[in-house]
Amino acid sequence: MIVTRQKPFEVILKELEDSKSVFLVGCGDCATACQTGGEDQVKEMTEKLSGEGKEVTGSVIMETGCHELDLKKEFRAHKDELGKSGAVLVMSCGAGCQAAREGTEKPVFPANDTLFLGNVLRVGQFEEKCRLCGDCLLDITGGICPVARCHKGILNGPCGGTNEGKCEVDPEKDCAWTLIYQQLEKEGKLDKMRAYQPPKNWNTVLKPGRLVLEREKGGGKGE
Amino acid sequence: MSEIKHAKPSIEEILDNGKFLVSGEIGPPKGPDIEEMKEHIELLKDKVHAMNITDNQSSVMRYPSLATALLIKEAGGEPNLQVTCRDRNRMAIEADLLFAYTRGIRSVLCLTGDSVPVGDHKDAKPVFDIESVQLINLIRTMEEGKDLGGNEMNAPVKFFKGAIVTPEAVPLEPQLIKFEKKVEAGAKWFQTQAIYDMDNFAKFMKTARDYPVKIQAGLVLLVSVGMARYMNGNVPGVFVPDDLIDEMASAEKGKAIDTGIKIMARQVKQIREEGLADGVHIMAIGKEGVVSRILEEAELDITQL
Repeated sequence: MIVTRQKPFEVILKELEDSKSVFLVGCGDCATACQTGGEDQVKEMTEKLSGEGKEVTGSVIMETGCHELDLKKEFRAHKDELGKSGAVLVMSCGAGCQAAREGTEKPVFPANDTLFLGNVLRVGQFEEKCRLCGDCLLDITGGICPVARCHKGILNGPCGGTNEGKCEVDPEKDCAWTLIYQQLEKEGKLDKMRAYQPPKNWNTVLKPGRLVLEREKGGGKGE
Repeated sequence: MSEIKHAKPSIEEILDNGKFLVSGEIGPPKGPDIEEMKEHIELLKDKVHAMNITDNQSSVMRYPSLATALLIKEAGGEPNLQVTCRDRNRMAIEADLLFAYTRGIRSVLCLTGDSVPVGDHKDAKPVFDIESVQLINLIRTMEEGKDLGGNEMNAPVKFFKGAIVTPEAVPLEPQLIKFEKKVEAGAKWFQTQAIYDMDNFAKFMKTARDYPVKIQAGLVLLVSVGMARYMNGNVPGVFVPDDLIDEMASAEKGKAIDTGIKIMARQVKQIREEGLADGVHIMAIGKEGVVSRILEEAELDITQL
C-alpha cells in the first residue's frame, strides 16, 4: 500500500491559482484506503473547490491510479470533461500523478504527499515495514527489516540509543533490532544476528527503476 | 610517504605499554571562530594522552572533526578522530581517511552517528550508507590496500581502530552481540557511553574482559542536579544512580560543578585503583578548564604513569 497524506487545502489552492476549472482524479486502491483519493474525498474536494469559485468539470476514480494504460482509457472516456478543464488535480500518490501526466496535455497537480510503502494494521493505520531496497535480507533478520524499521537502517545490531525496546527518535516506535533479537532468540538462530553484514548494495536496481518481464517464447510481440 | 613526526605517543602505544589511558574531548564550535576551541586544546593537550574530536556531535553542524584533529596535531597533542556515518557515504569517508592518514592521524573512533532529527538540521538527508561495524571493516579493507569498491589503492593506510559500547543499554544482550561484532571487525579499544554506576560497570567489565580489547570508561561531568536527572530520564543507555543525584542535589548553590568534579575524580580514582578499566575518557562538555582539576583530585598525572 502506498501511503499518502492530503496536502493542506491552501497549498492545493495555490497549485491551482492559474486554473479556473479542474478535473479530479481519484484512486480506488491505496488512496481510497488512506482516505486521500476515494469517492468521499473526491466529492469533498469538488465541494471545497466549488466553494472557492473553481469549476470542477468532472472526475474519475481509477481502479488503480498508477496503471497508465487504464488511465489513458479513462481519460479518453472523459474527454469532454477533461477538455473543458484548465488543470488536472490528482488525488492519489506521486505515481498516480505521473500516470495522469502521461494521459493528458493539461497541467497536472498533486493533491497528496506520498509518504511510504505501508502495511495496513487496521483501518486508517499504516506502518512502514519495507523500504524497497532491492536486496531482501528478511531471511537473516527473523522476518523483521532493519533497513525499513531501524531509524538509521543499521544492519549489524542496535545503536546505543535503543531504550527498553523503543527507538530513541520516537518512543512510540519499536527498536527493530530488539525485535530481531527477540525473534531470532525464539528461533534459536542468534548466530544469524552474530554474522557480519557487509555494506549494502544500494544500486541493485539502477535509479530510476525499470523492469520488463521477459515474455515466453512464441507469445506476444518483440523479443 | 614522508615520515611524520608525532609529539605524543599514540593511543595504541599507551595501551600496549599497559598505561592507564586518559583522554579528553574537544567539541568543535558552530562557526569559524575557533579561538576558544584552540584554548581548550591548549588546556588539555598535556593533561591527557589524547583528545577525541566529535563529528557534528548530536547531529548539530559544527567545525569539522578532521580539521580539528589537524589543529590538535599542530598544537602538539594527540587526536582521536571520531568518524560517523550520518553525513558521508562510503566514498567520502574513505577519502577523509586517506587525508587523515597522510596527516598523521593514527586513531579513529568508529561511530554510526546520532540520528538527524535530534540535531539542528532536521530536514537534512541522513546518509547511513554504512554503519559503525561496517566502518571498522572498511578501515580494515583500506589497511589491506583496497577500497570498498574492491579497487587497489596505491598504498595501504593504518589506523588504531576504536569503537563505543553502551554498558547500561536495556536490553543489554543485543548490545553485547554488536560489541562482539565490532571486536571481530577489528576494533582494538572501546570507549563506553557515560557510566555513573560503578557496580553495573564492574559487572559489564566482567563480560567485556573475555574479549581481546582495551576499554576506557566514559565519564561525563555532571554540572547540576538538573543535568543528572535529565541524563537519567532522557539519554538512552545512561543511568545515574540515586545516591549521585542526591549528592548533586546537596551541593551548595552555585557550587554544583564542584560536586560534579568531586564525583568524577572519585570515579576516576576508583576505576584506576581497582583496575576496573584500561583508562577513562573524560567528557567535560564545554568545561575543559576543569579537567586538570579532576585529574589532580583523582591524583592522576599522566606524566607520572
